[in-house]
Amino acid sequence: MTGILIGTGVLAAIALVFSLLLTAVNKVFAVPSDTRRDQIREVLPGANCGGCGFAGCDALADAITAGKAIANACPVGGLAVAQKVAAIIGTDAGEQEVHKVATVVCQGTIDRCKTKFTYHGIEDCIAATLINDGNRACQYACLGLGTCVRACKFDAIHIDEYSKIARVDTDKCTACGACVAVCPKNVLDLQPITLPVRVLCRAEEEGYLVSDNCKIGCIGCELCKNVCKFNAIAMANHLPVIDRGLCTGCMMCAEVCPTGAMWGDLDNRRIALIDRDLCIGCGICKKVCQFEAISGERKSIHEVNEACTGCGQCVPKCPVKAITLPIRQHVRDANAKVGTSEGVAAIPKDEAQPN
Amino acid sequence: MSLFHVFPGGIHPREGINGKAVTCALPIEELPQPSRVAIPLLQHIGTPCKSLVVKGDKVKVGMMIGEPVGFVSAAVHSSVSGTVVDVQPCILANGLQQPCVIIDNDFKDTWVELTPVAEPDKLDGKAISQLARNAGLVGLGGATFPHAVKYSLPPDKKVDTLILNGAECEPYLSADHRLMLAYAREIVTGAQTLQHALKIERVLVGIEDNKPDAIEAMTKACENDPTFTVTAMPTHYPQGGEKQLVYSLTGRTVKSGGLPLDSGVIVINVGSSHALYRAVYEGRPVVDRVVTVSGCVKKPANYLVRIGTPVEWLLETSGGLLPQARTLLYGGPMMGMAINREDIPITKGCSGITALEKSSALENESNCIRCGRCSSVCPMCLVPSVLDKLMRKGMYDEAERQGVMNCIECGACTWSCPAKRQLTQSCRTSKKVITERRRAEAARQKAEEARRAAAVAVQEEAK
Repeated sequence: MTGILIGTGVLAAIALVFSLLLTAVNKVFAVPSDTRRDQIREVLPGANCGGCGFAGCDALADAITAGKAIANACPVGGLAVAQKVAAIIGTDAGEQEVHKVATVVCQGTIDRCKTKFTYHGIEDCIAATLINDGNRACQYACLGLGTCVRACKFDAIHIDEYSKIARVDTDKCTACGACVAVCPKNVLDLQPITLPVRVLCRAEEEGYLVSDNCKIGCIGCELCKNVCKFNAIAMANHLPVIDRGLCTGCMMCAEVCPTGAMWGDLDNRRIALIDRDLCIGCGICKKVCQFEAISGERKSIHEVNEACTGCGQCVPKCPVKAITLPIRQHVRDANAKVGTSEGVAAIPKDEAQPN
Repeated sequence: MSLFHVFPGGIHPREGINGKAVTCALPIEELPQPSRVAIPLLQHIGTPCKSLVVKGDKVKVGMMIGEPVGFVSAAVHSSVSGTVVDVQPCILANGLQQPCVIIDNDFKDTWVELTPVAEPDKLDGKAISQLARNAGLVGLGGATFPHAVKYSLPPDKKVDTLILNGAECEPYLSADHRLMLAYAREIVTGAQTLQHALKIERVLVGIEDNKPDAIEAMTKACENDPTFTVTAMPTHYPQGGEKQLVYSLTGRTVKSGGLPLDSGVIVINVGSSHALYRAVYEGRPVVDRVVTVSGCVKKPANYLVRIGTPVEWLLETSGGLLPQARTLLYGGPMMGMAINREDIPITKGCSGITALEKSSALENESNCIRCGRCSSVCPMCLVPSVLDKLMRKGMYDEAERQGVMNCIECGACTWSCPAKRQLTQSCRTSKKVITERRRAEAARQKAEEARRAAAVAVQEEAK
């Protein structure tokens, strides 16, 4: 019994001595640290993705404290984090970029894009490109071996089990750009999440070569360019290039695309809606509309018909702000072509399309 | 007889009845010309050539159709006479598209006027380098390094040894073997010309001891020249690797990232020496090369093939593939590239077409059992199993620190791995990623420097 007591006593004495020693040392050799640094580190997401350009969140916290990085340097945290960081360091949160997500610029699933041979090598896209430039017939196609999946720190990108190409989970994607950097085929791109239309093909080849390889590749037919009423599409290297400043999101290009390479966000397509109580029947909207989608006599209430593409050109022109652009609740009738709807005289097709 | 050094690692693949024995006794036959050739404008390491012809042009054999651009480059010549159909991108063995000159053969085989060098003994380093550049001389062993660069010695470097590489360690291939038997004198003369031009003291000829007839032929061809030494080296893969060969014959090591030149050695393949002889004494540029067709083909052979001939034509002449053939390789079984189409043209770097049975490849990987066999066979003293793991984890920086850039991609590790892990492939992947990163970093630095210079200029102007 005494033995236990002696032991406990000795240990307690040692503990006391050491605790005193540690306390003293802690006081004497204390390193003055910037509390803001720890606060910033607390606020940052902590995934260490490197999207900011620094080696992880700790490094970014150091850089922000030292004034080497700005408050909104973290692309992952977005505005919320930028505001918190700005509050800590006492600066402005800075302008936020548009919310971007990684986009797979290829729709060449295995049922659409041919394979050249069976690949037996390492499950890695970079390794696969070393053998005959990958096993997909199209040299621009997603190989689907998951190099991007391993690069993603946010579990936001996966290889689809059936289609064998990468799919991005837009809710989880933080646009850190890690996947874009590793992809050997450059099929990943950071694009604003709200884009109405995207060209989901990178095949810079003649149309016949593309269609030999892939059912959904862009064949460079220029239908999208010709149908665009806002001159927002130009062709470069057999691919359409959309001028985002001119694009109104009418999605006509996606509608006419014969292969489907031009993707349109048709679920979120808009339609003009005229408030009957506000409309004064001035007819400006009718004049502005490129699609002959608004009908109505002067001084009477105007109506929007099925031909509306939701381009929204009429909205700012309405003097009484009677037009809104809600999301369409139904699919636009594919036959509702320009000038064919009720109440509008049919115009010849040649005139309907510019150029 | 110089002291022979044994390089670390290496393997000795058992070839059985399908190996070199099949073709090494067959003399070189001239392959009938194909009706159409596709001659790539990039057949060397470096900058692609500029096309000198357009659609519809008439060309003769030996006419320069691609002009070398930049320092690291070599000319490309027409290998048949006929009409240029087009200059368009074609798919090569690595699966990538490269611009090729496509020529329809008129089967007249009319040559351009060949002008041999008037006084070969008076060639100096500069002249022979220019000659190599215009004759399209590249390393015909497979690396396709432009010889013009190899011959232009920096003034501060002293070279005392020229090594003629006749090892041909790759299984199945016998192109160099047959070349040494048929053209031993020409090969030796070519080497002598280079030796005199660059004032090199001695020439070492390294030949693996599984080619006793070639050793004999080469010894006989150079018996009057006391500066030549023919060494029979043990048959050991990759004995023909440049760094291994330099170590074996001279005991010198080539620094990591360096060239044999830094160790005072120039290594050229026997095929290249023969091509140099032809360029000097016959004025003939590189328009053909010896290609071994072996493995699962009906009639294996050593062909003298015009550059740009499609693989299809070679196989057709060899009676086609045997039914059990599953993998077609552009090159030998150890370092060759698997190809999935037969319209790929033969380039200067292709020493063989090998068809393998199903059992030779396509085995599933299993987990590493840490037996260490890969590191014991690695001729560059790397640890492939660790490099493999690093690559699969995406840790390329660490792989670089562990020396993955020294990998010569000989394939010995993959060959010896009992778990069938694709070790060489992962090293190649790491090398590709690291090379690209270095290139991007260099481009970034260049842009940064340009930006700074511009900023300085603006400031000066303001003053």
